[in-house]
Amino acid sequence: MQLVLEKRAERSGTIALVSPLIAIGLTVVTMVILFAILGKNPLLALHAYFIAPLTDGYSLQEIAVKATPLVMIAIGLSLCYLANAWNIGAEGQFLIGAVAGSWIAVKTQGTDAGAWVLPAMLVLAAAAGALYALIPAICKVKFGASEILTSLMLVYVADLFLDYLVRGPWRDPNGFNFPTTAEFDPVATVPLLIEGGRLHLGSIIALLVVAAAAILLGRTIKGFEIRVVGAAPRAARFGGFNANQLIILTFAISGALAGLAGIIEVAGPVGHLQPGISPGYGFTAIIVAFLGRLNPLGILIAGLFLALTFIGGEQAQIAMKIPLDVTKVFQGILLFYVLACDSLILYRFKLSFPNRQVASGTH
Amino acid sequence: MLDSTPDGLNSGESPLLRTIGLTKRYGDFLANDSIDIDIWPGEIHALLGENGAGKSTLVKAIYGLIQPSAGEIRWQGRRILLSGPSEARGLGIGMVFQHFSLFDNLTVAENVALGLDGRESFKDMSARLEQVSEAYGLPLDPKREVWQLSVGERQRIEIVRALMQDPKFLILDEPTAVLTPKEADQLFVVLERLKAEGRAILYISHKLEEVKRLCDTATILRGGRKVETCNPRRETAASLARMMVGGEIKEVKAASGRTTTVPRLVVNDLSLAPSEPHGVRLEHISFELKGGEILGIAGVAGNGQEELFAALSGERSSKDPGTVVIEGIAAGHLSITQRRRLGAAFVPEERLGHGTAPRMKLSENALLTGHAASGMVHRGFINTAATLKTVDRATETFDVRKAKRDPEAASLSGGNLQKFIVGREILRNPAVLVVSQPTWGVDAGAAAVIRQALLDLATAGAAVLVTSQDLDELAEITDRIAVMFHGKLSAPLATREATRENLGLLMGGSSLEPKEVAHAIGA
Ligand SMILES: Nc1ncnc2c1ncn2[C@@H]1O[C@H](COP(=O)(O)OP(=O)(O)OP(=O)(O)O)[C@@H](O)[C@H]1O
Ligand SMILES: [Mg+2]
Repeated sequence: MQLVLEKRAERSGTIALVSPLIAIGLTVVTMVILFAILGKNPLLALHAYFIAPLTDGYSLQEIAVKATPLVMIAIGLSLCYLANAWNIGAEGQFLIGAVAGSWIAVKTQGTDAGAWVLPAMLVLAAAAGALYALIPAICKVKFGASEILTSLMLVYVADLFLDYLVRGPWRDPNGFNFPTTAEFDPVATVPLLIEGGRLHLGSIIALLVVAAAAILLGRTIKGFEIRVVGAAPRAARFGGFNANQLIILTFAISGALAGLAGIIEVAGPVGHLQPGISPGYGFTAIIVAFLGRLNPLGILIAGLFLALTFIGGEQAQIAMKIPLDVTKVFQGILLFYVLACDSLILYRFKLSFPNRQVASGTH
Repeated sequence: MLDSTPDGLNSGESPLLRTIGLTKRYGDFLANDSIDIDIWPGEIHALLGENGAGKSTLVKAIYGLIQPSAGEIRWQGRRILLSGPSEARGLGIGMVFQHFSLFDNLTVAENVALGLDGRESFKDMSARLEQVSEAYGLPLDPKREVWQLSVGERQRIEIVRALMQDPKFLILDEPTAVLTPKEADQLFVVLERLKAEGRAILYISHKLEEVKRLCDTATILRGGRKVETCNPRRETAASLARMMVGGEIKEVKAASGRTTTVPRLVVNDLSLAPSEPHGVRLEHISFELKGGEILGIAGVAGNGQEELFAALSGERSSKDPGTVVIEGIAAGHLSITQRRRLGAAFVPEERLGHGTAPRMKLSENALLTGHAASGMVHRGFINTAATLKTVDRATETFDVRKAKRDPEAASLSGGNLQKFIVGREILRNPAVLVVSQPTWGVDAGAAAVIRQALLDLATAGAAVLVTSQDLDELAEITDRIAVMFHGKLSAPLATREATRENLGLLMGGSSLEPKEVAHAIGA
């Protein structure tokens, strides 16, 4: 007897819709087992992760703040993935955007530079993120280099570059030798939506990005090109759509959005440039993109859900001394299940009995 | 197991396979509506019907590929519920699909091994493969790689693979659509032999003469229902067609007095290295096609037709602009979109995945080729109403049968999708139409509609280039015929003067020297 994966004759529409929910369910079951092994009460842990953050206003705002970069990055990534271009390096593009935007903030620090500073930072960050993403895209198109590897490797380059800057040239002279820039001036800071709260303008920008992506994919010829190139490459060529051009375009958009998210994070919630500004947003966004089924609205929901796990993880650490890394384990398991469940849309499990000649009437 | 009482295990007395009230529903559309069919051992049973009549749906249900919505299937008198094709194979049901599922870079033996369920060693399997292929007169070298084989040989692999499971019942879905007449004759010998061994065969085809020659019984479907079971030998092709359509089929009529005008498509000494490892090199291809004219390209598949299509359409452009001239403009270097803007339209051979994106709606597939020139896009935004209108117009003009207004391309039956694709291009009123295998797998009625449309397009002044393996089709609609062999194109012959012998010779790679002609006719 053996368990085999058999291709379904018909694509299962129901499973396509519920697959993310099944994946979340399986992840929660796995986490319960994991908590039990760690010697924690699984119910209390689940409560800390998923319920507690939803019960107070501060945490709710914090979820929106965390979801902001996740959603922005994941929207860009979804365009890449729809076009069969595998950008894994959004984390690097995020960091480079943060660095490039911070450059203006650092250079104008203490001067009487006016309201142009923040918009200039945003534009520069987006441009830098896009350029940084173009490196793997161009290597792919010109030399056939695997964009998966090159984009991933550039993450570490960006990470170390940022580290060098805040330890060297950009270090705050009054910062007690901590590797950080000075706190940004108010003109270089993303304004809050509610005085004294956490929610900032970036969340509005993220919503606009979601709306723009929905329009791009649903209503424009470019969005159509992106979808066809990924879904049926040969038909796309017949349609006259250039796959290489779309790799360049989607990488550029995705890099720009990641870079924008990077500067918004630095000039918003963090307030200065320092190492560790990202708890892995660029990687978690990959999960968000797939959990959201590469659909803008789906990504918005998935982004909020993964933001919840970040906040929940912090609360679980404080309340129950569960290590923060468990959040990463959770996210990894979730991605695994999301991809696994997706294969059930086209395949199904089946027990087969290779030694029996006739297997009639089993169902 | 849900067994009813087996009515006699002697397979001579009960049908080998029987469907009772078999129904398959897609939404509120009935693809199969309560179909009863009996298949007896030792018979070749034809399954006939127009495009979209439900033939493929029925055999897919019998082969366990789709689950019926209602009704039952009985195998040797027992009711069976198949959860997948491996179970059908286990019972002794084999199937040869119209579209092959072979890996080009693997050998014949490796391909066969991938399709078998057993746990035989590769060596034993290879030995058995040779044995079976020899026994049935289907010679195959297990060590050859698939890309080196002709279409007929590839189909042989599929047939041998099915025979290696020793099936009692073999289903063939349009097996001769892609074969040359000679290859088809060889196939019929094999089928007769299988019949003599007491196996049953279910045979789907749109070629009625062939059915009359080969089949003992014919079941005719129309609109998902069975309309008749008869002896095809006692019918005429016309009477079979009438049962399929429920009326008369229109004759294709060439408008008299078609006049040729200016050259609209000119190819000058086009040579092109293959883009894929196993592709064919195009060598010095030249021809001129005037408005009002239909030029046919005959030839065995795999002799460079696909490469020529790519070069003409602009899917592959060449460095030298002068090699392809469309409407007087050097276009060899232009993209497919630019060539469409010059007034060219293209219909490739492969419907799913090339001519259409299978998982996208028809309206989106209208946009696929229509975005270049038809007002479907306004400032980058898609005009959905315009794309839907194209779908509706193609549906109306070419009688595309489908379950709803705007379904996914993959859900259409083969022939209906072909009508849609041809319609989509013809509705753009092209000045030049390049079309490959226009009626591949299309029923007689629909084929007539498509051929008529090509003739009408030429009458209206367009230049039409038709690549086809079907010599009758080329004889019916073209003015001149050229033959493609090993990447070279022969000089066109006037269709009136082209004989089957001449074309056959050219298709085999001979030139038309008088001596050789005499020799070949004598052979
Ligand atoms: N998955 C599906 N979803 C919706 N409709 C479908 C699906 N598969 C088939 N149909 C519809 O069922 C009908 C019968 O299709 P089928 O493929 O059986 O036709 P066919 O007789 O084999 O035609 P052809 O000669 O063109 O191959 C068609 O109208 C088709 O649109
Ligand atoms: Mg069919």
